[in-house]
Amino acid sequence: MSVRVDTVAGMRADTRLAIEAIDLVKRFGSEVAVDGVSFAVPEGTVLGLLGPNGAGKTTTVRMMTTLTKPTSGTARVAGYDVRKQPDMVRRNMGLTGQVATVDELLTGRENIRMIGGLYGIRRRELARLTDRLLQQFSIADASDRPVKSYSGGMRRRLDLAVSLLAGPPVLFLDEPTTGLDPRSRNELWDVLRELVADGTTLLLTTQYLEEADQLADNIVVMDKGRIIAAGTPLQLKQQAGHASLVVTVSRADDLAVAAALLRKTGADVFVDSGARQLTAAADGLADMTRVAGWLRDSEIEVDDIGLSRPSLDDVFLSLTGRRADNGVNAEEGSA
Amino acid sequence: MTFVEQRLPTQSIRPAIHATNIVQQSWIMVKRNMIHTKRMPEMLTDVTTQPIMFVLLFAFVFGASITNTGGPSYREFLLPGIQAQTIVFAAFVVASGITYDIEKGIIDRFRSLPIARSSVLIGRSVASLIHSSIGVVVMAVTGLAIGWRIRGSVAEAALAFALVLVFGFGIIWFGILAGSLMRSVEAVDGVMFTVLFPVTFLANTFAPTEPMPHWLRVIAEWNPVSSLAQAMRELWGNGPPAPASAQLPLHHPVLATVAWSVVLTMVFAPVALRAYARRTAD
Repeated sequence: MSVRVDTVAGMRADTRLAIEAIDLVKRFGSEVAVDGVSFAVPEGTVLGLLGPNGAGKTTTVRMMTTLTKPTSGTARVAGYDVRKQPDMVRRNMGLTGQVATVDELLTGRENIRMIGGLYGIRRRELARLTDRLLQQFSIADASDRPVKSYSGGMRRRLDLAVSLLAGPPVLFLDEPTTGLDPRSRNELWDVLRELVADGTTLLLTTQYLEEADQLADNIVVMDKGRIIAAGTPLQLKQQAGHASLVVTVSRADDLAVAAALLRKTGADVFVDSGARQLTAAADGLADMTRVAGWLRDSEIEVDDIGLSRPSLDDVFLSLTGRRADNGVNAEEGSA
Repeated sequence: MTFVEQRLPTQSIRPAIHATNIVQQSWIMVKRNMIHTKRMPEMLTDVTTQPIMFVLLFAFVFGASITNTGGPSYREFLLPGIQAQTIVFAAFVVASGITYDIEKGIIDRFRSLPIARSSVLIGRSVASLIHSSIGVVVMAVTGLAIGWRIRGSVAEAALAFALVLVFGFGIIWFGILAGSLMRSVEAVDGVMFTVLFPVTFLANTFAPTEPMPHWLRVIAEWNPVSSLAQAMRELWGNGPPAPASAQLPLHHPVLATVAWSVVLTMVFAPVALRAYARRTAD
């Protein structure tokens, strides 16, 4: 029942793969957490692994990063098999998990030094690297304070800095921005873009459709341990259906007349009287200009008129019949 | 050059990575634990104020009424007993440490690195032994202050201290097992206290075993802790050899201590390693 992703958009025959998941299966007792997952990530691209809580994203990442043994199937990271050459995989990848895996009693600097020492980076180079990372991730001021006193965002940044110590060609990020405020999130995205520009291959799991849309070249959507869709963000959006035309009228009195005009395009019209907003499926720009003309002729004033491409939220809804952000809300509520 | 300096350490400017060996890796883990102690000096209370309190309480509260020690003053009899108790509690220290690491998720970070997975355990174990050794030194000094003396040769005295460490190595496996099985540091505290406290008392640590009912005396004298305490007493000249009525291990306490350490390791190391592997995998 697994969906095999044999072709990845934009992938040429000579493209080298940085990550390959090959029919990964993970069972915990009788529960199947990951059920035959296969995908490929070409070098230097970003794959967004999208899905609600419990979809199997984290387990998939843990198998690809040698933290969890697959029940069956395997994965290749930077060309090395996670089952046969786990140490080579560890040498060539960085991992930032959902929980910041830094030592709370150590300072930021001590944390980086400790991991750098374990990687076998020589003292002098490590000292230089540590200063640079502390600067880059804006933790220089707090570098000699125990991590205990850091904010959530600072811990995340330190965790990412630690993951980047050895300059890994492949980076795994498990829900990197969960719990971050919008500003920290944007800053993190910028860092990730910089890494990708430099050739790093990124795999990030997320529950935020916007995040996948912002960063990913390709998206794999998981639900209940299986891949239910894959493609570029654009492809997935097209799969979700047509664009819709959204009109916001200035006066609520005009809603009925405006709705009648929109119906002339042949589409069903959804009326939100509170927001004075009308939504109808549309073919594209042609529909929009026609409707705009009719509204002008009828002297109906509008606050806004525009085409809305389906968001990844809509994609998820059309694939699973439920919204993806339910899980996020539930998680934030319990945190 | 300055431009490059500003860049992230991505692959275009990867730092040189040199293979490290398990000794170097374990040492980094030990240093990590040392920093923990430095940040939270109160972690040392179990090897400083607590044993001193024990020495003083026992010496002055029970000291007057326990006279059948077979010769030496109670204070001389007591000191090796408390040393034995302190090293048993090393298992406590390592258990809390391992549970703490698992709870905080940092084990995942270590497991994602190209290092020997056992280095985390070795580091924790060595750090726990160092931790408990502080207690051994603190207590020796306290003992000297209240009248305990080493009456044997330097070599015998050193052998006694070495035995403490050997025994600590054996008992630590029990701590690793407990730490891998428990779900929280609080649970470790509860369980280890309930298990280890009786083990250190049901022995010749604080009082001679001879007056005990026969069945209890047999248990106490076969208790590995008794062998260690007896070995220290004999090597430091703090007490006579065990009476003829004593159980076998106490007649050869040095050999018995080494043997018990080997047995503890053989019994607990395989299960402890399996429990640890199972707990940290998946």
